[in-house]
Amino acid sequence: MTDTLEQRTDPPSGKSSPGRDLLALARNTWRGLTSMRTALILLFLLALAALPGAFLPQRTPSPQAVRDFFTRNPTLAPLLDRVGLFDIFGTPWFSAIYLLLFISLIGCLVPRTWEQIRGLRARTVAVPRNLSRLPHHAASDDDRTPDEVVAAARSRLRGWKVDVREELGGVRTVSAEKGALREVGNVVFHMSLLALLAGIAVGKLFGYEGNVIVMADGSEFCNSGILAYDTFRPGLRVDGTNLAPFCLDVDRFTAQYRPDGAADSFAADVRYSDSAALADGTPPVPTTIAVNDPLRLDGERVYLLGHGYAPQFTVTFPGGEQRTLATQWEPVDQRTFLSQGATKFDRPGVTDEAERRRTQIAITGLFAPTSSGGSVVTSTYPALTAPEVAADVYQGDLGLDSGRGQSIFAIDQSMVDQGRLTRVVRENLVPGQTIALPDGTQIRFDSVKEWVNLQVSHDPAQDAVLVAAVALLVGITLSLTVKRRRIWVRATPASPSTTDRRSLVQVGGLARTDQAGYGEEFERLRDDLLRPRHGGS
Amino acid sequence: MGVDAPLGDFGDVLFYSALAVYVLAMLLHAVEHGLLRRSEPEAAEVPVPVAVGAGSGEKSFPTTGDGTPPRPPRPASERFGRMGVSLTVLGFGLHVAMLVVRAVAAGRPPWGNMYEFTAAVCAVGVAAWLVVLYRRPELRRLGVFVLLPVIVLMFVGGTVLYTQTAPVVPALRSYWLVIHVSAAVISSGILLFAGVASVLYLLRSAHDRSGRMAWTAKLPGAQVLDRVAYRATAVAFPIWTFAVITGAIWAEAAWGRYWGWDPKETTAFIAWVVYACYLHARSTAGWRGQRAAAINVAGFAVMVFNLFFVNLVVTGLHSYAGVG
Ligand code: HEM
Repeated sequence: MTDTLEQRTDPPSGKSSPGRDLLALARNTWRGLTSMRTALILLFLLALAALPGAFLPQRTPSPQAVRDFFTRNPTLAPLLDRVGLFDIFGTPWFSAIYLLLFISLIGCLVPRTWEQIRGLRARTVAVPRNLSRLPHHAASDDDRTPDEVVAAARSRLRGWKVDVREELGGVRTVSAEKGALREVGNVVFHMSLLALLAGIAVGKLFGYEGNVIVMADGSEFCNSGILAYDTFRPGLRVDGTNLAPFCLDVDRFTAQYRPDGAADSFAADVRYSDSAALADGTPPVPTTIAVNDPLRLDGERVYLLGHGYAPQFTVTFPGGEQRTLATQWEPVDQRTFLSQGATKFDRPGVTDEAERRRTQIAITGLFAPTSSGGSVVTSTYPALTAPEVAADVYQGDLGLDSGRGQSIFAIDQSMVDQGRLTRVVRENLVPGQTIALPDGTQIRFDSVKEWVNLQVSHDPAQDAVLVAAVALLVGITLSLTVKRRRIWVRATPASPSTTDRRSLVQVGGLARTDQAGYGEEFERLRDDLLRPRHGGS
Repeated sequence: MGVDAPLGDFGDVLFYSALAVYVLAMLLHAVEHGLLRRSEPEAAEVPVPVAVGAGSGEKSFPTTGDGTPPRPPRPASERFGRMGVSLTVLGFGLHVAMLVVRAVAAGRPPWGNMYEFTAAVCAVGVAAWLVVLYRRPELRRLGVFVLLPVIVLMFVGGTVLYTQTAPVVPALRSYWLVIHVSAAVISSGILLFAGVASVLYLLRSAHDRSGRMAWTAKLPGAQVLDRVAYRATAVAFPIWTFAVITGAIWAEAAWGRYWGWDPKETTAFIAWVVYACYLHARSTAGWRGQRAAAINVAGFAVMVFNLFFVNLVVTGLHSYAGVG
């Protein structure tokens, strides 16, 4: 069955003309492309091309790891980057391999499917002339007539595809086949591969992923557009304007840790309103989002991917104005949740620009949810049991108006280098403690809030991909476990005389697949189909 | 989450006992191999010629049995081989007991870290070997070669990768863990056996061509090895496919996407494609036999790479190793 797929060479044609040459070239290219050998080589190339992805960090899942790699290998990294080794799965050469593979697959599948449909209606293969040449065969005398032998064989071979034929001289034959499901499975498997790829492609075009940090203090997030997110990765055909509206209030975050600080469970209590609820004003529905347990809305899924702390500070300026802020700090150690960040204050009610730029305040430093105590703050446990901040307070111009974007977790170091922002105090604080700056400004460490990192994912083809994957699995299982096998019976009258009821019965069997193991089944069939008169002598 | 540490330690005792018993079994098989004479011609492969004479009316009776000649008195090699098998069964019993004990101690399936994963894969490898032995006792002479990689893997698992009994991190606590990882364990174990068979096939067929490496003449015939390797891979490939799919289902629930080219996912994909290559090669003219076997060995190399290199050296989301 595979031979038909092998590359054939065209018989040499007598004359040649440019048109015919071109046609021949095209035909040969197509045959070459759809040959089994090409499929094999393309599959091999696919594996080879994916291989660097196991060694080198990739931008898509881990941009930070790629940046780290650049810092560690400043000369090598740009060279690797030029050939796309940090974005393998999006490079033209990787796409070229799988596109060729799938073209080859289509070219392969269409004739195969066609052949199979015809094969379903075709009769079974006639009994070979010489059954003793087959790998499995046996013969014996029988005291039944050929007709009786055939009738018995028919009932024994129920479930097989059976054809009864007659040969000269009253010879009757039965040819039977089983295991057509193998080929069906094979075609289903390869078709599912195509469907799978199509589903993945649709997801890449029309899906999106966005991440957002929300305070777990009743703060609300609404899926209103790109701007609602901290990072947003749209599919190629997504511009972020038509996201399905839904809103989510994060009321509480809870985590449990083991004594050694490893996390045991995380969960966020939320209330959500999907687009229908938003439209008709139904109150939000409470639920819990946990690891492995996202919130599944109609087309979007909301995941809890991370969490952290936000120390809250209240700054009282010399004029008595107060400002309170809780900005998320970034965990730098996943075991202890030691965090760092920068909480930035603008003095309210100041109209003079120069004055404003002298009095901006940033509280940076380290935050420990469970402080070790002592003068150097470190954290020993991730839960909030003994919070403490090692605060570096800066005063001056934060550079917020410079037009340069800045990290929410750090101050702009160049402002410090230029002397426009200076550190005025360094002190460790526990909640409730206050420090005073030289100009009389008071800073109080009020309390600690928790934040969650939510991811919203949308992939319209995800269910289709799952269906294709299941079909693929069924197909490959059939294809690899079903055996295609044939059995033939020939019953020859022992003599031309009609009164002699005896016959010679021969059976032969052939497994059409690589799988050994037809032997035992053949032996059972043989024992049932033959009833040797001289039992074993 | 209660972790029963003394019970976990008892599991370790069982682990080392199983390992020691396997080593003994391997030594017995080595003696068996040493005492063997060259293997007989492949009796099962050569069709037994039978005179049936279509239509000649000649009396005949079924002869497609394997036509084994009457057995001579049991040679020494056979006695050693049988002892090796008995010890392998004993070691396997201890091995399974170890997995059960670790599971009870940790209150979760016994493959939450690399030590346990390696142990479980080896247990499946030995189980696959015992199934093959049950069906084809004449392959017993492969004992040394099957037990050797099992012992090496278990040794590495019990020393370098050793981890105390502990519950797993939240992302791993899901029933998909049980389904996904058990499929990965089962397919890896069977593929371990298939890889060994393909290596031996390559050695044996190299010997058949060049006459070098005389010891391989005692192996079963090349065709038998090739077929055993194929059947094992054909059983394991759908299970591996299932493991990859359930992995994607789990990733969708835990990380927000079903596929993200995380290093572990990438390597699983590569292994899958390499095995697809192998199955293709088996039905492509000019690629059957040695090239196909080489691809099968490459496939297993990728599986081992996935277990060790990716878990230990590359860090991805599958921060599962629990080592160090
Ligand atoms: C897209 C990548 C492909 C993958 C992952 C793949 C995978 C597989 C696998 C795992 C098998 C083994 C099942 C069995 O033996 O029945 C198989 C069989 C087969 N494939 Fe593919 N295949 C791919 C592309 C192709 C292409 C492009 C062709 C056309 C040339 C092709 C033709 C075949 C044929 C004819 C068989 C049956 C071999 C036999 O009957 O033993 N495949 N394929």
